[in-house]
Amino acid sequence: MGSSSHASTGTLDKSRFANPFFTREGWLYFAILAVLILVVFPLTLDAFRLNNVGKYLTYAFVALGLVLCWGHSGILSLGQGIFFGLGGYCMAMFLKLEASSPENTAIQSTPGIPDFMDWNQITELPWFWAPFHSFGFTLIAIVAVPMILAFVIGFAMFTRRVGGVYFAIITQAIAAILTILIIGQQGYTGGVNGITDLRTLLGWNIRTSEAQFILYFVCAGLLLASLLLCRAVHVSKLGRLVIAIRDKEDRVRFSGYDVAAFKIFVFCFAAGIAAIGGALFTLQVGFMSPTFVGIVPSIEMVIFAAVGGRLSFFGAIYGTLLVNYAKSTFSETFPELWLFAMGGLFIAVVMAFPDGLAGLYHRHVRPHLAKIPGLFDRQSGRGRDVVAQPAE
Amino acid sequence: MNALPATEHAPKEFVLEVEALTVSFDGFKAVDDLSFYVDENEIRVIIGPNGAGKTTVLDLICGRTKASHGSIRFRDRELTRMKEHEIVHAGVGRKFQNPTIYEELTVFENLELSIPRGRTVFGALGFRRDQAVLDRIEEIAEFVFLKDHLKTPSAILSHGQKQWLEIGMLLIQDPSLMMLDEPVAGMSVGERVKTAELLNNIIKDRSVIVIEHDMKFVEDIAHRVTVLHQGKVLSEGSMEHVKNDPKVVEVYLGH
Repeated sequence: MGSSSHASTGTLDKSRFANPFFTREGWLYFAILAVLILVVFPLTLDAFRLNNVGKYLTYAFVALGLVLCWGHSGILSLGQGIFFGLGGYCMAMFLKLEASSPENTAIQSTPGIPDFMDWNQITELPWFWAPFHSFGFTLIAIVAVPMILAFVIGFAMFTRRVGGVYFAIITQAIAAILTILIIGQQGYTGGVNGITDLRTLLGWNIRTSEAQFILYFVCAGLLLASLLLCRAVHVSKLGRLVIAIRDKEDRVRFSGYDVAAFKIFVFCFAAGIAAIGGALFTLQVGFMSPTFVGIVPSIEMVIFAAVGGRLSFFGAIYGTLLVNYAKSTFSETFPELWLFAMGGLFIAVVMAFPDGLAGLYHRHVRPHLAKIPGLFDRQSGRGRDVVAQPAE
Repeated sequence: MNALPATEHAPKEFVLEVEALTVSFDGFKAVDDLSFYVDENEIRVIIGPNGAGKTTVLDLICGRTKASHGSIRFRDRELTRMKEHEIVHAGVGRKFQNPTIYEELTVFENLELSIPRGRTVFGALGFRRDQAVLDRIEEIAEFVFLKDHLKTPSAILSHGQKQWLEIGMLLIQDPSLMMLDEPVAGMSVGERVKTAELLNNIIKDRSVIVIEHDMKFVEDIAHRVTVLHQGKVLSEGSMEHVKNDPKVVEVYLGH
């Protein structure tokens, strides 16, 4: 290793095959994103708009998971709303119990239980609600409940080699079933209205604008941390294996890997990340309802990832922000046309820019930036965050 | 040396014993009561007209297709009841008919993913690209003539190089039985000669089953040849023996 001679075997230059966590270019993109969401947005947006951006950022968690699950591994899930929603519901259950202290609910026929239960003639807290009195349990449940469900779905599907369109349809069906279940079990779930009127987190009023401001930073920080976590998975051997599985599943299987186990892992991982987003959504918006669980939000989240570029973690975040910004501007003016615009956008992206914004950037913008000396380092051509790069 | 017709030897250890193997797809018997035995360090070539069941035999051995009847014993382990990745762990490697490589990844990464280390989910997450990995990849890349292409995206390799890469991906797993489905398809004459040389080098510590149509290449490498026809063994023995077998001549001319 000491010398760099190219004599016989045992001389591969380690640095030529290094696999850095981020290249200098990657860190640059990370820094730009961090400055944008941690400094620029808070300085330039008013409290209402900033809270909106915070809400969009919670969707970006889902989009990050989709990049790994759909873009890299080829597992298209049209049911990520399930996991976003479950994470959100776990958080909402904790907050609701805190808001339903016996003093606050003294006027109910059964004080100490959530108001919607009282309205539905339920007189005792259901067993599965009880553990959500504990904040520690709630934090674990936010990630564990969706991941366990993802494991069950993944195990049932992937060990039977269900994939592609069939898998997408099944996830969508489960999203629909879960929505119906939540709406139908009004006494246990709050039904179609969801779990509302959430006030405090461990005694801290989350509805003040100061709390909203702090929660925005919690959300942004966790998003950046999740991005790094996704990146860590992507640069590991597992990250390359799932790409190999997407492209040549049989070759991976006959190289001695249990393909189903890897797919289950990626699906569970994406579910866990989505669930963190869901929990943060509940905190920032102050309620959770079945509207965020079903088919429409699940498909919207896929569109966010597709617009940003389903192969790029950065792209997914920018795509989410952009589509949601367009959604709120557009739907304020033409509310009934928004869904058509969204559908059109999706078709346009799939037909014309399959790699989304990230693909456009790498094809048209980056080549110009790369000419600036010293901006990207020599190794930056390896940036596999996007599509396969041409040979050096 | 080995190029003798399969005869009744004293009971001995074979690497692979295929006995009474049958598989039927909706009543059609693609492989029908097939038996054959492969020796240590042997290159066995399976030939036969289209639809004879050659690829199906490889599919059965590596677990891609499940047998209806019969047994496949590999070093005293029954493969018919094992999962695909377990069969690989037991030491059976398989190359597909069309070069099957990861086109999005470089030659280096293709080889790296084939290294038999970190094969579980958490093993793969914790896998480190250490010196042993680099040395092993370099060694194999040199063996399959790709050492100067380690950083090349495998999508832009020539067809012949892709075939070599897939052979390298098997070799790096160090299997004791390698199965190659048409390894020289699409190769130039020069590449075929190099591949024959390569195969003769790799059997030093393993057995190889090859499916091939190119008779010149078969003659170059085969220790023994098994001729399949309609899922059954039509003839078996040295190339010389097989070529002069009237049944074989009839089948090939009949097509």
